[in-house]
Amino acid sequence: MTAILEYFSSLNPLNLVRNIPSSVAQGLIWGLMAIGVYITFRILDMADLTVDGSFTTGGACTVMLICAGVPSWLALLIATLAGTAAGCVTGLLHTRLGIPPILAGILTQFALYSVNLHIMGMAANKSLNPDKYSLTVTSRNIPLSIVFAAVIAAVVIVILYWYFGTEQGSAIRATGNNPSMSRAQGINTNTMKVIGLSLSNALVALAGGLMSEYQGFADINMGRGAIVIGLAAVIIGEVLFEAIFKSKLNFSFRLIFVLVGGIVYYLVIGIVLWLKLNSNDLKLFTAVIVALFLAIPHLRQQAKVSFGAHGRANGEGGKHA
Amino acid sequence: MLDIINISKTFNPGTVNEKRAISDISFHMNKGDFVTVIGGNGAGKSTLLNAIAGVWPIDRGSIVIGGKDVTALPEHKRASYIGRVFQDPNKGTAPDMQIEENLALAYRRGKIRGLRWGVTKAEKESDRDKLATLGLGLEDRMNAKVGLLSGGQRQALTLLMASLSNPQLLLLDEHTAALDPTTAKKVLEISDEIVSANGLTAIMITHNMKDAIAHGNRLIMMDAGKIIFDVSGDEKKRLTKQDLLQKFAEIAGANAESDRMALS
Repeated sequence: MTAILEYFSSLNPLNLVRNIPSSVAQGLIWGLMAIGVYITFRILDMADLTVDGSFTTGGACTVMLICAGVPSWLALLIATLAGTAAGCVTGLLHTRLGIPPILAGILTQFALYSVNLHIMGMAANKSLNPDKYSLTVTSRNIPLSIVFAAVIAAVVIVILYWYFGTEQGSAIRATGNNPSMSRAQGINTNTMKVIGLSLSNALVALAGGLMSEYQGFADINMGRGAIVIGLAAVIIGEVLFEAIFKSKLNFSFRLIFVLVGGIVYYLVIGIVLWLKLNSNDLKLFTAVIVALFLAIPHLRQQAKVSFGAHGRANGEGGKHA
Repeated sequence: MLDIINISKTFNPGTVNEKRAISDISFHMNKGDFVTVIGGNGAGKSTLLNAIAGVWPIDRGSIVIGGKDVTALPEHKRASYIGRVFQDPNKGTAPDMQIEENLALAYRRGKIRGLRWGVTKAEKESDRDKLATLGLGLEDRMNAKVGLLSGGQRQALTLLMASLSNPQLLLLDEHTAALDPTTAKKVLEISDEIVSANGLTAIMITHNMKDAIAHGNRLIMMDAGKIIFDVSGDEKKRLTKQDLLQKFAEIAGANAESDRMALS
């Protein structure tokens, strides 16, 4: 009993509040990454595991380029292009060589580990001194970082909203929605998949670059589990939107709520850490959360239409008069 | 218009599941021809349409549409010459996209899809008129997701989409088989209207002999991957269901008995 009281009295609510801005900043950056995941997972209807590698690629490129004297914006742009290339490789492995999409992503991710080490000059960790270089986002100045991350995210959302309304964007959506219909309508579904995967990983690498600036280093393992965090943000965003607005999402709102999902995810992580849970258990915690949210639509459907529900409707245990 | 020259297709060659789906078929269609195709299960009807559409490469022979040899072209490139409607109403449309978005995809068949807006204002106007001709009230639901439509509505929409951007050839693969009789009748009427209004050259597979006789100007019967009966003009007009059953029995021989059950 005293142990529990001691535990609670050791928790300082101020610490929780104090951590909110940092959670929001990180949530925005991961939310941007999650928008990349959204493009493959929801629009193309494939789970792309390249992102675990391309997130690190973005971070590695950004840190190395900035250390070499390249301005932050250009470093981020080049990181984005590197991510595009990574997505393109996965797309070609899948479409040209017939490798299933999940496996193609895993292969690229695996290969990127070596590539990322090469980018970082065979070091597992490279630090970036925020005092020495001018950075777009940094944990030294969280409010300004939030503003910049939000502006970048807003620009990305506007561009994506426009792009997926164009002829080419529509063709990508159709490819994910019904590939055989798309081919019958003259859409080269293979090309569309490659473009979608490239675009997705471009955003993921951009987010990786921003994250490395924010935390002041790039680490070979910084992208581990990125796909899960991305999925968490996508799903939390969707569930929240439906709970609040009780309607299906319009495309731009979907993207905004992926960002919101990223922020909510980091706020929850903030609470978990504040509760002094072992940070090594975070991945387990995240996996459970994502599994739960992925399961909710299925379980909800099952509650409505299932053998069990049928039995309950017919009276307990199916007792008939 | 369409020339099929000695085409063959065998699935799973060299395995126990080897299936000679079409063997050495040749036929010619004139512009404006409307051919109905009948035959039992496994006769090669759908395989023939898929071969023309380029779903997979054929083993031998060549396919020429409007003077252009398309044998080496992949499915999405042939799409500029061909409009298609499938048996499964879910197969011809993108369910999570709006009616007008689906139509817009069809307008751009065979064109380069660039960064222009996906659905233009002018299209929406003409969409409304075209949807109204279907008589299903879809013109007032242009922003609705296609997934909300019934099977018959989807087939009608797919037909309309197939007729856009002036295809040289319309392929209807048992497109009424999954519909109830009333809806099937309506969709067939729409098919006839669309074919005649656009002067399309069309091939329609059906399991229904009455429909095969009532529609089109030429009838082809298939069995075991071959065309076993080909009739057109006045001779086709005089054709009865009884004639067809008899023809089927005499040409296909004893194994026709089980196939006859599949026809109605």
